[in-house]
Amino acid sequence: MTTFLDNVLNGLALGSVYALVALGFVIIFKASGVINFAHGSLLLLGGYLTAVLHEDLGFAGALAVAVLATAAVAGLMDRFLLQVGGQDAHSAHVQTIVTIGVDIVILTDLSRRIGGDLLTLGDPWGDSVSGLGPITVADSRLAAIVVSTVVIAGVFALFRYTNWGLALRASAEDMEAAALMGVRLVRMRTLAWCLAGALAALAAVFLAAFPAPGLERTTGQIALKAFPAAILGGMASPPGALAGSLLIGLTEALVAGYQSELHVLGEGFGDVAPYAVMVLVLLVRPNGLFGAKGAARV
Amino acid sequence: MPEAPPDEEPALHVEGLDVTYGRALSALRSVSLAVPHGGVVALLGANGAGKTTLLRAVSGTLRLHRGAVTAGRIRYGATELDGRDPVAAVRAGVVQVPEGRRVFAGLTVDENLRTGGLGLGRRSPALVRESRDRVFTLFPRLAERTGQAAGLLSGGEQQMLAIGRALMAAPKLLLLDEPSLGLAPQMVARIADVVKEINTQGTAVLLVEQNAGMALSLADSAYVLEVGEIRLSGAADELARTDAVRRLYLGETADGQGAA
Repeated sequence: MTTFLDNVLNGLALGSVYALVALGFVIIFKASGVINFAHGSLLLLGGYLTAVLHEDLGFAGALAVAVLATAAVAGLMDRFLLQVGGQDAHSAHVQTIVTIGVDIVILTDLSRRIGGDLLTLGDPWGDSVSGLGPITVADSRLAAIVVSTVVIAGVFALFRYTNWGLALRASAEDMEAAALMGVRLVRMRTLAWCLAGALAALAAVFLAAFPAPGLERTTGQIALKAFPAAILGGMASPPGALAGSLLIGLTEALVAGYQSELHVLGEGFGDVAPYAVMVLVLLVRPNGLFGAKGAARV
Repeated sequence: MPEAPPDEEPALHVEGLDVTYGRALSALRSVSLAVPHGGVVALLGANGAGKTTLLRAVSGTLRLHRGAVTAGRIRYGATELDGRDPVAAVRAGVVQVPEGRRVFAGLTVDENLRTGGLGLGRRSPALVRESRDRVFTLFPRLAERTGQAAGLLSGGEQQMLAIGRALMAAPKLLLLDEPSLGLAPQMVARIADVVKEINTQGTAVLLVEQNAGMALSLADSAYVLEVGEIRLSGAADELARTDAVRRLYLGETADGQGAA
């Protein structure tokens, strides 16, 4: 039973970090119709900046700089590479392919800098653990759950209560009608990319924190696990991304936790499990968990 | 046509407008048109005549359809509108209600109304409340459904919401694109009353319609657009008596409604 609770808590922690990444995918997709294949690189960039700056600036300072810088890179990438010539000059498909190119450029450079190293981010939790009743859990995981919950609640509040959130949701439904209302599409989009970049940088901290060994050049590939989470949720649905992320996180933790019982499935099935879950869910609900087209009268 | 002085009482002036789509397809050729301050002007024409294109040129959404103004100018009062973005039009007080209503189906009625004010940036809550009260006075039915998803409203209610949404920006000139499209005759009459009421409150209206009967009964003056050019223009009641208009547009009304 304690193993089970252990695994569940780990799963929730993983899931809440995936949610930060998946929410970024969804925000970008809603705002621009683009699937951002450079998201993993942005995440790695955020982590790398935190790693190299934390000795000089302290963890909080380094994280703040990393979050802002990653947001800026994401925003600049959207504004000057994807929206070049106007926000509608290139189709979303073309822009999606551009993100693959950007991913290669950022990833190559960061791989060169990181090499085979394991970078520590200087986070305050270190390898300390806390006892919660019968189970022990890494403080970094508790922090991941708490911080993600607060940040995600904040993002949902932005969607609901701010003009930017309203503009984003309106233009995701009907871009021209939103334009007619005077929504500044270019600015709305770029802000969305900035927010997604900031979330990715934040996620990097928890992905590199204990019990992970640290930040390595492959950490960005974690974004690939948040991708099925976003798809599971329906790609354009923030609550869906949240549900999908928790599902993926729990699946991964449980499969890894009961690996010995599941060895018929082969070693390392935990890495494949997110995709297996995605395929199973999509077989039953092709539009994703929350992807059903909104109520509409024909 | 009486020309209002551009500064004190803003009026819409379109002069010699040419619009081309995709650098190849000419949609409008030297179109000139004026909507005086506080007036109602009808723009009639068959499908593909260029009515919507003209509205897009005024509201700044041509770009979204790969269209561009290649000649001529559009002024509203002292503001040049050709080649500007939709924000410029909204800020100048010119707001378009798109054809087919285009409400945001997944957003609530209240949120749809909020989007109407997005072009004006931050406004005082009192001002927003005032605009909303005005919309609810015009359309009491919307007030009962503020929390409902707009996609669940009936067609007529959606048209009301689309107009209400535009009114949230407190426009001085409202561009209405086929507000009667696909609505039951009773609802068409209701929309006509609303347009009259909005105009009485001081908002000028440029009304694009295939339902020429309704449009001519509301308008002071009217233009007839045919394959990208203005064919006829004049006072609405005179045009309504013209043979060409009676035969081509007033006779066509019943069919047009049936098909929609």
